[in-house]
Amino acid sequence: MTYEPKTLKVVGTRPIRHDGADKVTGRANYGADFKLPGMLWGKVLRSPHAHARIRAIDVSKAKALPGVKAVITGGDMPMPDGGVTQAGESAINTQHLAKNLMARDKVLYDGHPVAAVAAISESIAREALDLIEVDYEILPHVIDVEEAMKPDAPLLHDDLFTQNVEPKPEKPSNVAQRIFVGKGDMEKGFSEADIVIERHFTTKPVHQGYIEPQACVANFAEDGQAVVWCSSQGQFLIRDLCVNMLGMEASDLKVIPAEIGGGFGGKTTVYLEPLALVLSHKAGRPVKMTMSRGEVFRSTGPTSGCAIRAKIGALRDGTIVAAEMDLKFQAGAFPGSPVGAAVMFATAPYDIPNLSITGWDVCVNVPKIHAYRAPGAPNGAFAFESVIDELARELNVDPIDLRAKNSVAEGSKAPYGPTHGPLGGLECLSAAKNHPHYKANLGPNQGRGVASGFWINIGGQSAATVVVNRDGTIALVEGCPDIGGTRASLAMMCAEVLGIEAEKVRPSVVDTTAIAFNDVTGGSRVTFATGKAVVEATEDAVRQMRERAAKMWDIEPDSVLWRDGAAHETGGEGRSLTIAQIASKAAKTGGQIMGHASINAAGAGPSLTTHMCDVEVDRETGRVTILRYTTVQDAGKAVHPSYVEGQMQGGAAQGIGWALNEEYIHDEQGRLLNAGFLDYRMPVASDLPMIDAVSGEVPNPNHPFGVRGVGEAPIVPPLAAISNAIYDATGVRMRDLPFSPPRVLAALEEAERAKG
Amino acid sequence: MEYQSPASIDEAVAALAALEGARVMAGGTDLLVQLRSGAPRLGAIVDVKKIAEMCSIEETAEGFSVGAAVCGAQLTGHDAFSRAWPGVAEAAGLIGSTQIQGRASLGGNVCNASPAADTTPALIAARAKAEIVGPGGRRIVEVEKIATGPGKTSLGKGEMVVRFLLPARPARAADAYLRMIPRTEMDIAVAGAGVSLTLDRGGVVADARVGLGAVAPTALVLDQAADILTGTKLEDDVLARLAAAAGAAATPIDDKRGTIDYRRKVVGVLAKRAALIAYQRAGER
Repeated sequence: MTYEPKTLKVVGTRPIRHDGADKVTGRANYGADFKLPGMLWGKVLRSPHAHARIRAIDVSKAKALPGVKAVITGGDMPMPDGGVTQAGESAINTQHLAKNLMARDKVLYDGHPVAAVAAISESIAREALDLIEVDYEILPHVIDVEEAMKPDAPLLHDDLFTQNVEPKPEKPSNVAQRIFVGKGDMEKGFSEADIVIERHFTTKPVHQGYIEPQACVANFAEDGQAVVWCSSQGQFLIRDLCVNMLGMEASDLKVIPAEIGGGFGGKTTVYLEPLALVLSHKAGRPVKMTMSRGEVFRSTGPTSGCAIRAKIGALRDGTIVAAEMDLKFQAGAFPGSPVGAAVMFATAPYDIPNLSITGWDVCVNVPKIHAYRAPGAPNGAFAFESVIDELARELNVDPIDLRAKNSVAEGSKAPYGPTHGPLGGLECLSAAKNHPHYKANLGPNQGRGVASGFWINIGGQSAATVVVNRDGTIALVEGCPDIGGTRASLAMMCAEVLGIEAEKVRPSVVDTTAIAFNDVTGGSRVTFATGKAVVEATEDAVRQMRERAAKMWDIEPDSVLWRDGAAHETGGEGRSLTIAQIASKAAKTGGQIMGHASINAAGAGPSLTTHMCDVEVDRETGRVTILRYTTVQDAGKAVHPSYVEGQMQGGAAQGIGWALNEEYIHDEQGRLLNAGFLDYRMPVASDLPMIDAVSGEVPNPNHPFGVRGVGEAPIVPPLAAISNAIYDATGVRMRDLPFSPPRVLAALEEAERAKG
Repeated sequence: MEYQSPASIDEAVAALAALEGARVMAGGTDLLVQLRSGAPRLGAIVDVKKIAEMCSIEETAEGFSVGAAVCGAQLTGHDAFSRAWPGVAEAAGLIGSTQIQGRASLGGNVCNASPAADTTPALIAARAKAEIVGPGGRRIVEVEKIATGPGKTSLGKGEMVVRFLLPARPARAADAYLRMIPRTEMDIAVAGAGVSLTLDRGGVVADARVGLGAVAPTALVLDQAADILTGTKLEDDVLARLAAAAGAAATPIDDKRGTIDYRRKVVGVLAKRAALIAYQRAGER
């Protein structure tokens, strides 16, 4: 199914979302809203140490506390055989996951679970945790990625040997893997260059900051059948991870998705569900578990802090001839940082003949890193888009012109291999340059920065069922939790194909027994891939309705055309039948009508974006104020433009927070000091200007409406856009995130001192 | 845990004295958060929001009397008070969100004894006094005498602050409060400065007082402020001396919210800027 230009009636409009009323009235059920009769409360005891050996755990006093129904430790959790489960943009090693769910012999970060209890009330469960005695042997810890790579660094895993290096290492280390992407001849490339710039950058771990903490209810019945209600980015992933963890069969567990209050990649794994299942199994009663905000910060995966060296070489005319990068990423307690994406996409907006990009995946004593919106790409772009800006200034050319001169276009080869189809990099750059923002005047201590970003987007497995109700309305059944307005966009595509109003289609996200397997809501894939499945399922329903109409008229189906929500006879009497007229007679024409599709969608099509940002820097306090912010992004086709704009604004807002103030702050013992929204400073609404989101549209040839994923690309450019703007305002380059007031003031003073 | 909501100050004082481990609660925006985040359990909560005189603002010939349970929204919404003490009002108005503004009280902010309390430096600059009632009767102390360290006060067992007394304002007098936070709201001061000035007819500073927040275990009175500012029109060198004195008086800590060096510098910048605002306000009266 490929793109064809057509006149659209529903796609591209802005109907009210189907789940809107439930959400604004508070009626929608999120993870923590569910309860069952006889339910117990589960709580987790977490390590207060960054790195320690567990000598012994004594749970006897907790077990003896009246009201406590089950207590578990690592020994009560099975160890899976191994293997990897795909979770959208991350691959989950099941043994690592098992050790992350509950520490076995060692704790690897402040917040690592060591035991869990289920009791008849939350307060008794909490009291029981206080009664568990854990004997720790505290070990030296390491958090900084460059420190962790040193030969004498504290070792997290004595069985971890660096993969993909020659010769094969003889000693274990914290470095799990080397990843390399390259082409051309680096020596030749840099020797041709008239200008070479090489810089070092660092970033801190930052959290997705979803508003809804993880929450679930698990009920394990006597016959071995279990049900989990939870908020996640994919009920099928939760099911598969739980059954892998606990040695169950897929048919033993039903996962019922709740509404989700934000995920940003962070809810593509499990933290509570397997524990709740084991507790429920032991206690013989349903168990509810919810995380506090502090637990979310201390124990769920943030994205990597990193250290990056970026080197760029260019000719005097602005042609970039070579780029070399070395990216060291924190993986957290177990291997698996998003460094691979950073390696592949850091330079991806540009066509550079000689490339050498090396990534390192490094274990450190923070929670296992997990996916966060375009995982890895913002870190890489921070470094590369900063050196591009320096290059533009060295060459005294406009930073947008420099980017356009080197931009990827249809037919250029991506650093990671394939040849690009149509994509909108040049269109975004040109729209940015022509935007009134780019020409607006700046005042004193104000500056403007530009940066671009690339995200690959994914397709994957999706299924959809289109049930035609007897009154002509539609039940659209799908399996991807709605994070970004996908119920609306999927219903709109269904309505477009049927030729009816979006309001006549009622979308539902259903449990794991009600539809075929779906990959997670992640990788900006749902509007693309599930959208494609919805279009196919709707076309299947249309085909059936044409056949029924033909039967009712006693003519050939080929003589029936579908238009505007009705079957039309192409010749003869020119009769027509609406969906309701066909559906109300379905019992007599062959049974109820239901279209279905289950696909593995390929050809997601990357999304490119260019951001520009104006800042004002308070030279006496180091405070950076975002004055104006504009995003231009290739959405392929915006199905519901409000939600596309919302994704662009949301991504930019998260990037701005990452740039300005967000960071994990640890004490000397490796304990997280800012496990709450007061001191983990995400932006508040009044910190941001209205973000102008401009949606460019270069249709994706692999989608019937030309859709590209839009959710992730907008978080890629802000870090560099803001750094570049600060430079423009002050003449000072910020290369270490975040650009918090103390750091900016220190950098300004350092620059003053250097001037003398 | 016991909860009482007495209707009079006497009943409240009796309850505080009688109940083991009792704490006063006004808005509850600090206390309830502390309880939720696992602070040691309290013996009892004595809610003073039902005591009418602790929730009212009165203007007399001597100045203003502000009940200790008066919330931020009440204070900033009181036109006469906001005209007389714009700095105290803006300090109270900075705390928390709109919802918090409807609960969080002046007395709670001072008695919670956070070094970063926004209203304390502004009240210090205003020469505010606190009326304290306890089993031993009533006493009146300067606001800077209440907090003795982070989370610690000079209040005795069974004692509570019932009102704040702010003096009457002469002509050409005004105050201002500024704080540094990395965000625009919903945050805790990294440093804060309150400045109150009285000018003579020629626009020369006749009286000055400066309070500093979040740069020492308690809010500070900047003793040299009067010497530095009096007799000046806040010329650049005067402001530079004020900033330097504020930085020198500060004894801050390094923590997740800021460094020693940063706080010393920024408290000076804030003192300087708040002085300029107060000066402009005073000049317009």
